[in-house]
Amino acid sequence: MKLLAQIRSWSGAFANRARVEAEMDAEMRFHIESRIADLERSGLSPQEAQRRARAEFGTMADQKDDCRQSLGLRFWDDLRSDVRHGVRNLWRHPGFSILALLCLTAGIGSNAAVFSWIEGVLLRPFPLVAHQERLMAIAGTRNGIAGEAGSSDDLSWPDFQDFQKNCTLIDAFIVDRITGTTLSIGNHAKTITGSLVSSNYFDAMGIRPTLGRGFRPEEDIGRNAHPVVVISYRLWQDRFRGDPAIIGKTQLLNSVPHTIVGVAPEGFYGTFVGWAMDFWVPLSMQEVFSPPNYKLETRNARFVEGYVRLKPGVTAAQAQAEISAVAARLEQLYPATNRGWSAKLFPLWATPFNNAGSLLPALSITMVVVVFVLLIACANVSNLLLVRGFARRHEMTVKLATGARRQRLVRQLLTEGLLLSVIAAAGGLLLAHWCRNLLILLMPARGGALMNLPGRFDARVLALSIGVCVFSAVVFALVPAIQTSKVDLGSALRSEAGGVVGGGRRGLFRSGLIAVQVALSFVLLTGAGLLLASLDRMQRVDPGFTLDGSLVTRLGFVQAGYTPQRAHDFEDRLVDRLKALPGIEAAAFGRGIPFSYTAYNSTPVATDGNQLPESQLPVLNYNEIGPGYLSTLGIPVMAGREFTRADNESAPLVAIVNQAMAEQLWPRQDAVGRRIQVAGRWLQVIGVAHDAHYSKINEDAVPFFYIPLRQTSVAGPALQVRTALPPQTVAESTVRAIQDLDSDLSIDEVITMREQVERTMAPQRVALIMMSAFAMLAVALAMVGLYGVMTYAVSQSRREFGLRMALGATPQNLLRLVISHSLAITAIGMAIGITIALATSRLLGYLLYGVSPRDPVPFLAAVAALAVAAIAASFVPAWRASRIDPQHALRYQ
Amino acid sequence: MAKSLELVQGTLDMLILKAVSLGPLHGYGVLLRIQQISKQRLEIQQGSLYPALYRLEHQGLLAAEWGESENKRRARYYRLTPAGRRRLQSETAEWKRMADVMASILRATPEEV
Repeated sequence: MKLLAQIRSWSGAFANRARVEAEMDAEMRFHIESRIADLERSGLSPQEAQRRARAEFGTMADQKDDCRQSLGLRFWDDLRSDVRHGVRNLWRHPGFSILALLCLTAGIGSNAAVFSWIEGVLLRPFPLVAHQERLMAIAGTRNGIAGEAGSSDDLSWPDFQDFQKNCTLIDAFIVDRITGTTLSIGNHAKTITGSLVSSNYFDAMGIRPTLGRGFRPEEDIGRNAHPVVVISYRLWQDRFRGDPAIIGKTQLLNSVPHTIVGVAPEGFYGTFVGWAMDFWVPLSMQEVFSPPNYKLETRNARFVEGYVRLKPGVTAAQAQAEISAVAARLEQLYPATNRGWSAKLFPLWATPFNNAGSLLPALSITMVVVVFVLLIACANVSNLLLVRGFARRHEMTVKLATGARRQRLVRQLLTEGLLLSVIAAAGGLLLAHWCRNLLILLMPARGGALMNLPGRFDARVLALSIGVCVFSAVVFALVPAIQTSKVDLGSALRSEAGGVVGGGRRGLFRSGLIAVQVALSFVLLTGAGLLLASLDRMQRVDPGFTLDGSLVTRLGFVQAGYTPQRAHDFEDRLVDRLKALPGIEAAAFGRGIPFSYTAYNSTPVATDGNQLPESQLPVLNYNEIGPGYLSTLGIPVMAGREFTRADNESAPLVAIVNQAMAEQLWPRQDAVGRRIQVAGRWLQVIGVAHDAHYSKINEDAVPFFYIPLRQTSVAGPALQVRTALPPQTVAESTVRAIQDLDSDLSIDEVITMREQVERTMAPQRVALIMMSAFAMLAVALAMVGLYGVMTYAVSQSRREFGLRMALGATPQNLLRLVISHSLAITAIGMAIGITIALATSRLLGYLLYGVSPRDPVPFLAAVAALAVAAIAASFVPAWRASRIDPQHALRYQ
Repeated sequence: MAKSLELVQGTLDMLILKAVSLGPLHGYGVLLRIQQISKQRLEIQQGSLYPALYRLEHQGLLAAEWGESENKRRARYYRLTPAGRRRLQSETAEWKRMADVMASILRATPEEV
């Protein structure tokens, strides 16, 4: 009530400022005139009455000022005058202002950019999707362990439906399974990315199609029964030229005519972090998009991943408990397929099946890094302000002498600091906005498909950035403000520099700030060094197959409507043709490409000696490969033979196991000639392949096996080519050979296996680039600071240098004196930095491969780099010190 | 003329509320009314009157509007708001309690201790 009255009164006074002033004036005038009239009536002369009345009232300006304070206007008046004063000050000292603003813009801008990336990639990754705080990712677990991205540790559709039916705390279970297709645009086929989704997808995400509709509940049911598609706004604009009558038209997708039933709203890119989706089809169309089998009715066909939407007020732990309970019931009901299986909820930022999970470590480390950069920037500006403070002692003395209170001075100086940081924050936000799509550039390119990793600027990011801006203003401006306002006339007359460069208490404080900057940049430098060493080591790991001499691409058999039989015949003809080309040593097909998303299938494997129930058998990954695949990739065959064209549909079923699998199933025995049982069928082991890395560089030797493509019903779209020629020329002739045979087949980009492998190092690469860039920025800021402090110290100690020179010091002596002083500050900073780095470097944990977090090499490199930088930064001031003319210096200071 | 008393700290607000509670007044009128009912025994700094009036108005205890004075001039008249009336009552009660306590303390004799 009272507060309301105050706000009303204050806003009224603020809005009608001129009227308030006029009324105040009129009211006081009326008072004085009434008083004069009364006094005259009591017999005083007019002059005397006027004098008395005015004396009684006091100074009108003072009363008015007090009235303004009563109305709460004083604060704003002071603020305005401080701001005006501050702007004038900045304008008058452009060198100082520009340097301070650059430092702060870098500090605040990098924080804002990282906030926006974290918001846009991890916390609120899906534009237009309602209530993302209640969305969680869901994935399967086997024996309590969540699987790798796209692995077979997903959920099955029957399980998913049972969850939906039995969980009361969850509004919706939403399937979102990434898929792709090709569209012929003009005369070439183009790959686009889309999703297989449950029919509740658009409703549950809160997305209303711009045109047409989303999916209907009945579209979840029936094998391939609902060829309908919702297309993205972008696809509608680009390919269909924004045709307003698009709804109801048909489009061939994977050779099946689909009716376009909806257009998603502009700005909706689907719900797979990292990718921009162009179409959505019902999950019941799965067989068309990921053949061979229809998986919707099979409880152990685990291919579903997606999201859940919690009911309002439900915590993640409650929902997880309910899901675990339902999963336990399913285990009892369906032991054959479900024993050991459960489901786990993940916050969006830890989603295991998209790029959120893989960017999480890099982004969280970057967050810490930019806080360091901000602190360094603040320390720098603080230093600049201290120097300016010495220069402003005169101004402060005058103000104090004319009655200003010390608090007012501190407030004025803080306002100036805030002014700096507000301008810098505006610049920083602009900078961050320009950098919002930078993450995509750091991620590996994926030929053709549209990547999408935007930073996001919403109210939360803006609020946090404003917080950073205020925080940094207080951090960098408070100490200088207090110092500067602490003028006492005695010391104002004394010389600032007590002893050798940077002596005295303020000099010590400023040197301390520099040491802190050096310490923080040292930590960042060692971090960057560790990541560099780690990435280097990863690149040197031998994955067990040829990297440079082998190329890979993928053909769109499914999308072109090939049956597996037709695809296999095509493959044989193409391989013959390719082998005849100059420079191509070998070529072969396979289903999965090593080191790619959703690379392999997996299955329980039984042997003659091990006939346990399916749920207790080891589940192993395998790849379906064609004749000559192993030799094409350069994987040595250690025993037996590899597949030939004779291993076809009518031949006995065979398999090749790797060394780890042979060792696991038949320790110290010969594997060739034994049998394994997969899905009820017995396969003869005809060879043992050398162990290789299958999914990532930092994996141990895992059991793995191969079966012949012709003995499966998959097309096997991955073409591997081995060559001794430059990859680019071979890539071109390969594409031509494919197009000669069938110009309708879409061909993915042709890349070397090295490229394929290095793309999986994106998280490490992103972390390294971020860390190095910011470490470099940090070192630059710290060295600017060091330069500034040394320059100022030298200019304040001219007299001392002159004296030393007069007493016989050589210029070299002085040069060494100054440089050794700056090295001393740097050494103290590095000592602190080493302590911090040793304590924190293990936070890099998962990003480091083959490098100890305390590896001495990056530490030593950081020491050397900072020492060199410190010498460079202090060389100019030192040189200036050595050139001081003693006579001049002694006479004029 | 007897020497007038200095105002006890913090009582000006209460006096203003009381003066205005007897009928709407302009600023100068408030001064005259206080002097009148105190029989000239209180000395009020004229300058401190207006900041206090503005403060009370800002707090919603007084409301002000322009009107015509006795001598046909425009003047700003203050009147008590309901919140102001409540505040005056609570301050009056508080003051009486305080005065009672002070009086009983000052009346104390050695025998009573």
